[in-house]
Amino acid sequence: MRKWWPTLVLALLVIGSAFPLYWAVLASFTPEARLFQAPSLLPRELVLEHYRALFTERNFWIPIRNSLIVAGTTTAFCVTIGALCAYALARLQFRGKVVLLGFILAVGMFPQISVVSPLYLLLRSLHLINTYPGLVLPYLTFAMPLTVWLMVGFFRQLPAELEEAAMVDGASRFRAFREVIIPLALPGIATTAILTFVYSWNEFLFALSFTLGPDRQTVPVAIALFRGMYQVPWGQILAATVVATAPVTLLVLAFQRRIVQGLTAGAVKG
Amino acid sequence: MALVRLEGVGKTYPNGHVAAKGLDLEIHDGEFMVLVGPSGCGKSTALRMIAGLETPTVGRILIGDKDVTALPPQERDIAMVFQTYALYPHMTVRQNLAFGLRMRGAPQDVIDRRVDEAARALALEPVMARKPAQLSGGQRQRVALGRAIVREPKVFLFDEPLSNLDAKLRVETRAELARLHRRLAATVVYVTHDQEEAMTLGSRVAVMRDGFLQQVAPPMELYRRPANLFVAGFVGSPGMNFLPGEVMPAATRKAGATLGIRPHDVAIVPRGAGDLDAWVDVVEPRGSELLVYLRLGTSGDGAELRVVAPPEPAIEAEQVVAVRFDQGRLHWFEGESGKRVG
Repeated sequence: MRKWWPTLVLALLVIGSAFPLYWAVLASFTPEARLFQAPSLLPRELVLEHYRALFTERNFWIPIRNSLIVAGTTTAFCVTIGALCAYALARLQFRGKVVLLGFILAVGMFPQISVVSPLYLLLRSLHLINTYPGLVLPYLTFAMPLTVWLMVGFFRQLPAELEEAAMVDGASRFRAFREVIIPLALPGIATTAILTFVYSWNEFLFALSFTLGPDRQTVPVAIALFRGMYQVPWGQILAATVVATAPVTLLVLAFQRRIVQGLTAGAVKG
Repeated sequence: MALVRLEGVGKTYPNGHVAAKGLDLEIHDGEFMVLVGPSGCGKSTALRMIAGLETPTVGRILIGDKDVTALPPQERDIAMVFQTYALYPHMTVRQNLAFGLRMRGAPQDVIDRRVDEAARALALEPVMARKPAQLSGGQRQRVALGRAIVREPKVFLFDEPLSNLDAKLRVETRAELARLHRRLAATVVYVTHDQEEAMTLGSRVAVMRDGFLQQVAPPMELYRRPANLFVAGFVGSPGMNFLPGEVMPAATRKAGATLGIRPHDVAIVPRGAGDLDAWVDVVEPRGSELLVYLRLGTSGDGAELRVVAPPEPAIEAEQVVAVRFDQGRLHWFEGESGKRVG
């Protein structure tokens, strides 16, 4: 006989985690007035006014563009440089490897708030405040350790004999890496790229501290600054949230199979 | 094709483990050299050093007349077949076979021609578009072999290539390898832990133990004149009997030495007609012959002696018989060092 309680627990979990999302989506289509007078859990009267306001009055395109550039560049750097770095750490023999790995991990562990002020001073003296590099560089400090650690794990799972075979076959180490290791580690690399992108896309503290105006603000900062002195435009905030969540969700859905493969790679043979 | 020479090659790992020591070995042009020994004896390390996948801590390695000790694998012009085959899982059979030639910048028409030849020779033509995961074990093994052949390298290196095949396929592939070697007349270095594989394939066999070479000789010499106790016990199946020298009459015995005699060189005869009395413990029929476990003496608690006897006449267990040693096939080994003394 099947037990009923695991189903109940699962149902509660799903409802608990899905409800805020449902409510955000529903509220983003509900007229502002109705939100405060008679909110309903079922869709009654759907309007697009919040979305229209988002893109006409607020120029929400600009933070989206900024976020795409910053998160995209960060991810590109992390994956390319991180892959080379992770490969070296996973495969080459050299002195102080363990210390180096620990050091990389430690860099990623600093509480963000503790490095905001020094980073601000540093970026100011480099004239990078309110620029894209001024965000990408600090993002690398926390995204790179994550990338490297994840990819070291993926590379280590690949049998060393494949590279040895490639090198005996006449490939240099770099070519063996490019032609054999990269294609095989692709699920892992894709997973890493998505995680890095999501972290950079959602990052708030650095983006708030190192930008000055709307032309370089990223999505989370823009949303946070929606609230005015006299009112909180909940409808628009929720519409913006939906818009900000959509690309990440689509990305994860598109690569879902790869991510699962990547996270479980090598768990079973074959 | 070329000769391979190891001159005083040794390998000590950073953790202090000595994998190989003082290896002096010359593998002639066109020779099939088998490195054999129990696991951990250093045979794989020796092969990997020839391949360039490990660097010796002392000594020199020459391929042809060239000192390759410091060269990376891709500059040594060798091909290697790995125990796990190490096929590239994301490439088709054709791409796997072509990889080595492509890496060396061979023109496309040469690649196509050689890959097709190898595919025909190894009966891989029907599976050229498949990926390794869709192949049987035997097919994977042949792809690994083909990947080595297409390169036409100076030296072929094999690292236990048959150990992942089932017994029947292993024997078939063994014969195929021997034919392949004859056809290509290539220099081969072959590593295995299986003494039977070593004996059947090798032009010469190098027996290793604990990082040291024990003996390098053609298979039959290894069998007939093992250089020490270890080689004597390792080569041949069922293994050689070792008895305290005292079982032999004082006139024929060598002081303090151990007597070795192969199970095939002992005859079971009626009581009174042999050199020693023995009690029959167990009789194992093996079809073409009997494997008889005896205990020296008449009481059943003496030293064990294994004898291979003809299937007729039948031998009953739990009776006393006599054994006669083939006097020309006695091996004497020094007690301390285990070295052959006669």
